Amino acid sequence: MPDHRSDQAGLQPEPAPARAARPLRVSVDLNRCQAYAQCCYAAPDHFVLHGREALYYDPAPDAAARLEIERARIACPVQAIHVEDAGSHGR
Amino acid sequence: MTVAQERALVIGASLAGLRGAESLRRAGFTGPVTIVGAEPHAPYDRPPLSKHVLTGEVPADATTLPNLTALDADWRLGVAATTLDRHNRVVGLATGEALAYDRLLIATGTRAREWPDAAQGRLAGVFTLRNRDDAAALRRALTAGPSRVLVVGGGFIGCEVAASCRALGLPVTLVETGPTPLARVLGQNLGAVVAAMHEGLGVVIRSGTKVERLEDDGSGHVTGARLDDGSTVAASVVVVALGAVRNTEWLAGSGLSFDTDGVDCDANGHAVDADGRPDPRIAAAGDVARFPHPLYDGRRVALEHWGHAVAQAEHAGRLLAGTRPGAAYAELPAFWSSQGGITIKSVGLTEGADGLVIAQGDPKQGRFLAVYGRAGRCIAAVSFDCARWLPAYAEQIRAGSPFPPIRGATDQGALTILSPGFPEQRRPEVSR
Ligand SMILES: Cc1cc2nc3c(=O)[nH]c(=O)nc-3n(C[C@H](O)[C@H](O)[C@H](O)COP(=O)(O)OP(=O)(O)OC[C@H]3O[C@@H](n4cnc5c(N)ncnc54)[C@H](O)[C@@H]3O)c2cc1C
Ligand code: SF4
Repeated sequence: MPDHRSDQAGLQPEPAPARAARPLRVSVDLNRCQAYAQCCYAAPDHFVLHGREALYYDPAPDAAARLEIERARIACPVQAIHVEDAGSHGR
Repeated sequence: MTVAQERALVIGASLAGLRGAESLRRAGFTGPVTIVGAEPHAPYDRPPLSKHVLTGEVPADATTLPNLTALDADWRLGVAATTLDRHNRVVGLATGEALAYDRLLIATGTRAREWPDAAQGRLAGVFTLRNRDDAAALRRALTAGPSRVLVVGGGFIGCEVAASCRALGLPVTLVETGPTPLARVLGQNLGAVVAAMHEGLGVVIRSGTKVERLEDDGSGHVTGARLDDGSTVAASVVVVALGAVRNTEWLAGSGLSFDTDGVDCDANGHAVDADGRPDPRIAAAGDVARFPHPLYDGRRVALEHWGHAVAQAEHAGRLLAGTRPGAAYAELPAFWSSQGGITIKSVGLTEGADGLVIAQGDPKQGRFLAVYGRAGRCIAAVSFDCARWLPAYAEQIRAGSPFPPIRGATDQGALTILSPGFPEQRRPEVSR
């Protein structure tokens, strides 16, 4: 199976911002998810459909991927994707 | 006393505890909120632990749950609650401290059922899977290249572990006492489809057989197991997947009604005492809660489903904040599982089903949707890689529509009613 993390690292060559920020936090409500795959087009390094309906997602994407992840969240037709920036976490 | 001065306490810092605390805040609770969790970790997601964590695609410590709203709360992680004194409204902690409450959410979930022989269960190479640390340890053992993995128990977690091991190319044997894997939840009919699917992945399935003892080489490391048909399975890793036990011991002496299958709630979600009287200051949510489900004639159920933990915790938060939730908690049970690239999704409860129809697709093609009926009504639907049809059938189940169900305009003739094939001794009050 592909290693999505190293793929992503390849797309993010500058280590400085990555080091400064903690990863994002992502979860997908897989009861809701209908495998429409819109998230996979929006953020292909972090959402991948395995088989017909098994969505793999990266629960801790690098903070530098924020825009892509946000695009995926908005693209999901059933609003199954939840994202939180660890930096704004209450604790 | 005004609401603003009241203190809320959430016991259990996982999915239900986090979503319950958020819901309390969203419902306008402004007093202090303290969340107590036995594990040292911030709330994290468990479903990836038997799937992408074992295959190595996701590190065990990467599944911390996102907050859905900013949460002003005091966290006490790595310390268990040990007592509940309802008279003085105090929860005692393992450290000896006592925390006072005016509103209390019980969200202590479940733990893995241990192998019944403690000495065998402690052998190196024997694992259970519930926590992040369990998943990290099992992942390490799998990467060390075991000769064979023996999975004891063909429930959802056992099946997912077996499939993940096959994705890593490891030899796997799965032993299940029932007639097929997943027979308790899906019945033998679809259980046979699951068995065939796993055999297709290369899992050796030993159904109708029981593991009698785990064996070791004298050095304290497991070497395999002896089965009740006299045969043995050699394996250097054994995963005990025998279901879950509710974390309710700390409620001893509280006067609440509970046992190892859950803490009892009324239809609203308030915990009840031994005489069935609700305690208006206490609610329970998630895997630990047992409650009468209005869609199933008020039968008491305890559900081990991710979506249920979220929905019931949101309901409990509103209840404890004093916002009238309006109606009893009546969320339709739903879960998913993914095994070897196939996604199984279910809505409703199959318990007590007397009929089964294949409403869409064909099990032989590996892509279908089955509907379960009881006494002429639709009670549950299960899809294998056919999830887009599920919401339509969920609607029919909520409405108690006649079984066999009505299909769309492209009706392919009458549906054949099959026997779901449930084993005789189903544990009645526990699903999944
Ligand atoms: C490996 C695995 C895979 C799963 N896969 C799926 C899936 O694919 N689909 C699905 O629908 N569901 C799945 N589930 C089920 C889902 O994860 C649970 O339904 C969910 O975690 C329930 O949340 P909870 O908060 O009620 O309980 P839990 O997650 O069990 O959390 C309870 C928390 O309370 C803590 N606690 C216990 N006792 C005390 C105490 N006395 N004091 C303080 N804290 C205490 C525990 O340490 C724990 O952190 C899976 C579960 C596991 C283990
Ligand atoms: S866009 Fe939404 S529904 Fe589609 S695969 Fe992604 S999460 Fe699932």
